[in-house]
Amino acid sequence: MQIYLPIAETSVNAFTLLGVGGGVGVLSGMFGVGGGFLITPLLFFIGVPPAVAVATGVNQVVASSISGVLAHLKRKTVDLPMGWVLLAGGMVGSVIGIWFFNLMSRLGQIDLIVQLSYVIFLGIIGAMMFNESLRALLRTRSGTAPKRKRHTHTWVHNLPLKMKFRTSGLYISVFPPLLVGVGVGILAAIMGVGGGFILVPAMIYLLGMPTKVVIGTSLFQVTFVAAFTTFMHALTNQTVDVMLAAFLIIGGVIGAQIGTRVGLKLGAEQLRILLALMVLAVCGKIAFDLLWPPAELYSISVAGGA
Amino acid sequence: MGRLWAFLVLLLCAAPAQAQEEVVAGLSQNSVALTVNFVGSDILIFGAVRRDGAIPDGPLDVIVTVEGPPQEATIWRKARRAGIWVNAESHEVRAAPSFYAVASTAPLTDILSPEADLDYRISTRLAIFEARASGDVADPAAFSEALIRIRKAEGLYQEGQTPVALERDTLFTTRITLPKNIVEGSYAARIFLMRDGAVVDEFETFIEVRKAVLERWLYSLAYDQPALYGLLALVLAAVFGWGASAVFRFMRS
Repeated sequence: MQIYLPIAETSVNAFTLLGVGGGVGVLSGMFGVGGGFLITPLLFFIGVPPAVAVATGVNQVVASSISGVLAHLKRKTVDLPMGWVLLAGGMVGSVIGIWFFNLMSRLGQIDLIVQLSYVIFLGIIGAMMFNESLRALLRTRSGTAPKRKRHTHTWVHNLPLKMKFRTSGLYISVFPPLLVGVGVGILAAIMGVGGGFILVPAMIYLLGMPTKVVIGTSLFQVTFVAAFTTFMHALTNQTVDVMLAAFLIIGGVIGAQIGTRVGLKLGAEQLRILLALMVLAVCGKIAFDLLWPPAELYSISVAGGA
Repeated sequence: MGRLWAFLVLLLCAAPAQAQEEVVAGLSQNSVALTVNFVGSDILIFGAVRRDGAIPDGPLDVIVTVEGPPQEATIWRKARRAGIWVNAESHEVRAAPSFYAVASTAPLTDILSPEADLDYRISTRLAIFEARASGDVADPAAFSEALIRIRKAEGLYQEGQTPVALERDTLFTTRITLPKNIVEGSYAARIFLMRDGAVVDEFETFIEVRKAVLERWLYSLAYDQPALYGLLALVLAAVFGWGASAVFRFMRS
């Protein structure tokens, strides 16, 4: 069954869309990630224009993370002041990202920028995750758990304008979380992702937040930055396709429920290695496309988007 | 009075010498709706040649073109820079039809003279208007050819793919396929009667391609009220995302 997408102005198979949404939903349920980093490139592969894929991908992030953030708010595992600081930074980043996105679209280089960002970030994150989970797997085999220092004092703690974050038990400058927020906002606007994959490690290793509030607080920031970015893309580029989003969301919600159950049956470390391999595979495919001589050297961009 | 009679007689004598042949044509449908399950549409174009008197000697040919709304476009060419393939050179096209199909009773080169092609812009190559000003690339023709090649692959440009069936030099039919990726707008269908490479008569009619009600509404909302559309997208995402997980929670308990 084909469905016509009014903004992308093409039709795609409804079951393909439900499959993409569902497949990524299964993964996000299994691994607890938003899955935006997989949805957007998959949409490229099935022929959705990159600008529409990015803006609609970020819209689907809102849907996939909203119920999570509500659950965490109820359980009080969200550091709200930290969340607001990250969110303020995220909105600034989103505006910068959208501006850059539009500039690059005009110069005809947006596809390249999006692909390069994916190669770089997926490459780094995939390699780090693979390395970390492989070591963790070896550790559990040998049975020795390494000690981690609770409070490491780094340059991050010597910056001005300190603020108390009670829930996290931190007293640090607002600049590091603000900058982390900006970075994630830029990625959301350019790559159509929530940015949880970069936010979570940054919160743990850079800001030193306790793990029990990391997921809730990152979901809080990701949901609102994704919402803000969706709105900005709709406002400046008219590239959010609600028909496309609806199918991805329906598929995603069902997939996530299946994924959560599958995830409970598999070991955490095996899961992380699997996810790392998948991230590296997507990265490799996009890198290959950039490096291999293309079958068609020419491409057309039509003025005015539609 | 005598002068008027003389004039009428003259007119009657002159008429057969002009070999009057006129084309009349119709379409199976004058409007196409881009509904949610739109997969493309076949348009049947049929018609007849009307003439006073006997069929003139020599072969008669029919050319049918269907042209979608024109667009300004930029064509990019990739080149290898620092190991990766990037869009390096570009060439502007002032107006290229978003859809263009040519069907004919015989290959265009056999029945269409270059002069008539220039006058009526019938072949795909001439339907594209290149910008004269942008002369930064050495080979602008390669860019226009790439545009045709890419759109042909997408089914948006069709030349010589469908024949026109002509019966007893009078009745003709052809079928043009509008693919799923066409844009909205007024599509001009032109029918040319050809003799000795020249156009004898021309007929033009239009096909209106419009999005169906819901799609039309979403599209105009997105462009006319982007803020409202953005909010709608967010509300939908929130309701779907939250609502679905609430349903699943309810089902489990």
